Amino acid sequence: MRTFNWFRSSAATTVLGAALLGIFGGGEAAAQGRQLTLCWAAWDPANALVELGKDFTKRSGIEMKYEFVPWTSYADRFLNELNSHGKLCDLIIGDSQWIGGAAENKWYVKLNDFFDKEKISMDDFVPATVVGYSQWPKNSPNYWALPAMADAVGWTYRKDWFSRPEIQSAFKVKYGRDLAPPKTYDELKQIAEFFQGREIDGKKVYGAYIFTERGSEGITMGVTNVLYNYGFGYDNPKKPYQMQGVVNSADAAKGLEFYKELYKCCTAPGMTNAYMQEGLDAFKSGQVAMQMNWFAFFPGLYKDPNVGGDKIGFFVNPAGANGHFTQLGGQGLSVVATSDRKDDALAYIKWFAQPAVQQKWWQLGGYSALKAVVDAPDFPKSAAFAPQFLESMGIVKDFWAEPSYAQLLLDMQKRVHDYVVADKGTAQQALDLLVKDWAKVFKEQGKQVASQ
Amino acid sequence: MTTIFQPDHATIAGVSEPAKSRATRRVRGLSDRTIAWLFVAPTIALLLAINIFPLIWMIRLSFTSLNLSMSYLPLRVVGLDNFTDILTDEDIWIRLQTTAQFVIWSVVLQVVIGFALALLINRQFRGHSFWTTIILLPMMLSPAVVGNFWTLLLQPQIGPFNYLISLFTGVPPSSFSMTGQVSLAPWTIVLVDTWMWAPYVMLICLAGLRSIPDYIYEAAEVDRASAWRQFWSITLPMTVPFLMLAVLFRAIENFKMFDMVNLLTSGGPGSTTELVSITLKRAAFEKWRTGYSSALAIILFVTVFGAANIYVKVLNKVKQR
Repeated sequence: MRTFNWFRSSAATTVLGAALLGIFGGGEAAAQGRQLTLCWAAWDPANALVELGKDFTKRSGIEMKYEFVPWTSYADRFLNELNSHGKLCDLIIGDSQWIGGAAENKWYVKLNDFFDKEKISMDDFVPATVVGYSQWPKNSPNYWALPAMADAVGWTYRKDWFSRPEIQSAFKVKYGRDLAPPKTYDELKQIAEFFQGREIDGKKVYGAYIFTERGSEGITMGVTNVLYNYGFGYDNPKKPYQMQGVVNSADAAKGLEFYKELYKCCTAPGMTNAYMQEGLDAFKSGQVAMQMNWFAFFPGLYKDPNVGGDKIGFFVNPAGANGHFTQLGGQGLSVVATSDRKDDALAYIKWFAQPAVQQKWWQLGGYSALKAVVDAPDFPKSAAFAPQFLESMGIVKDFWAEPSYAQLLLDMQKRVHDYVVADKGTAQQALDLLVKDWAKVFKEQGKQVASQ
Repeated sequence: MTTIFQPDHATIAGVSEPAKSRATRRVRGLSDRTIAWLFVAPTIALLLAINIFPLIWMIRLSFTSLNLSMSYLPLRVVGLDNFTDILTDEDIWIRLQTTAQFVIWSVVLQVVIGFALALLINRQFRGHSFWTTIILLPMMLSPAVVGNFWTLLLQPQIGPFNYLISLFTGVPPSSFSMTGQVSLAPWTIVLVDTWMWAPYVMLICLAGLRSIPDYIYEAAEVDRASAWRQFWSITLPMTVPFLMLAVLFRAIENFKMFDMVNLLTSGGPGSTTELVSITLKRAAFEKWRTGYSSALAIILFVTVFGAANIYVKVLNKVKQR
């Protein structure tokens, strides 16, 4: 009896399961074309996008679903999805470095015809964002994304600490100049040394927070802010993929040494594997005087009841001995080639590109790349960090955006972390090894790599 | 064999007569062998689909240049190039050394602590079951949970571990980082792994200790053998096969260790705690070097399989003695 009952109940369960699947599957099928899934990272601007997306749903009737993944697994998760031709995402806000691979592998829909048809001009967007998020090959009129979230590395500082008379006078006595947001990395190091271990309001504080994360992209996105300004480049502009003497020049090695000095002298204990969130935690808990982080987080920090408002100040990544650049962040909005709802996805892009929507995007906490928004006369006054953001977007440089970017990135993560955090070898050796690693990757990719 | 399908009266009570006879006829028409095959066929099919086929596919891929991040490039057969690349790569040998050190130290500590715990738990005392449960708790946790909460415990500024060390040594708590210092990080992963898995070794040892018949100890008592002598001549030799089994299980597991170490240190600082499994994961799913990582997986599989086979042969010899 029990056996047959079991068979019967199993069969019933199966039939019921199939029926439920039919109902829900059928339901999904019925809703097909009226629902879009947008994939991005889980961070403050994503919340702003959810808010903004409600307008799109109101106007179009298309419901928006979101798939947000924490930054540390963002690349793994979505590159895996794209690689396996999955259908999870209809729209994706992909990292700037993915553009080469996404275009070559045809993961994204090419948007040229759509832009022409809808009169969306890339000339209306900040040039750095077009090159960084949209074009592949770089500097060619081939567009794979709409610049969606402009971003760069910037700095926050404790304005309230900087303005205290006793701190100002102590600083002046020690360094013979006024305590002010640093313009150069030498100044930044001095200020960081000054605050390191100092007691403020009965609490020991530290000089600076910088990126040191090993697993994904952290330390690379941090160290490049110094390397660019000391003379590091990715390759010879006249001879593509010729890296010898550019990546590992004596000046670049000095930049790497500087980053290590800054890490050793002026960061809080235990910051050996720290990225965006650890920086936010350190700053919000009143642990550090200055913090390196992405502009994307600054609206949230400005609103923070403990360290925001009058207590926080912002400055552009300081200059180095050989230049003044900052690391580009940000992402473009693309249509996933395997999506069954391409038309609706394109409708979303068309809606998102409108100046009014872009204006609202900025107001909600996103960073528009539309010139009409950022070049407006009142833009610098629209937020406390707006002037620094504008200046930064004019001096950005990005990491490789080649299809093999993941290999290139992980090689740099390893070499830099080995030197800066694990004290392995010299800066010159680390960069020499990096050139070797990168040359190998490009050769595998079939590129001609000139040694000199 | 077929009899198990013949329903008794109670079973067929709720089934109509024609259906009953149809089912019986069908079952009676099958030979024992066919029914046996019917039972094992789904398992075999599943095994072929999720184990054997991927293995064969991986072997095939290991001879190619496939890189999934550049799948637009033509697939080239590269012969043994991937294997040569791996075996001549200094970094891979360093990763293998790091893995070997981790396996040796963690297994040694787990066996020593696990065996000692088993000896303690083997005695009857008040609260015996309670303490056994407490000791077994760590191995019941997910490695991901263990990795995350040890990360918090070991945090230099707020983690209680550094404060505890500071209490005993006087060293300021925030002056050292267990996961961030080259000299401490390898020991940290050994420590956490031992904390988690020594109870597992204890369980195996406990089974060994409980399998020793009491009369042997009684005979030793009659011969006036001291407790120490009993331990050396009875307890230890008779639990050695169990200990060896524990070593085998833990060594294989730790050779493959990924999740906990990845969460604790991400292989850092630098590459100090980068076990070969982390290297493999990075090559396969972050760098997307499918051909290369397939070759590396095969090398690791052959290494573990070969070492385990040799070990099992030794274990059998020990058992026969």
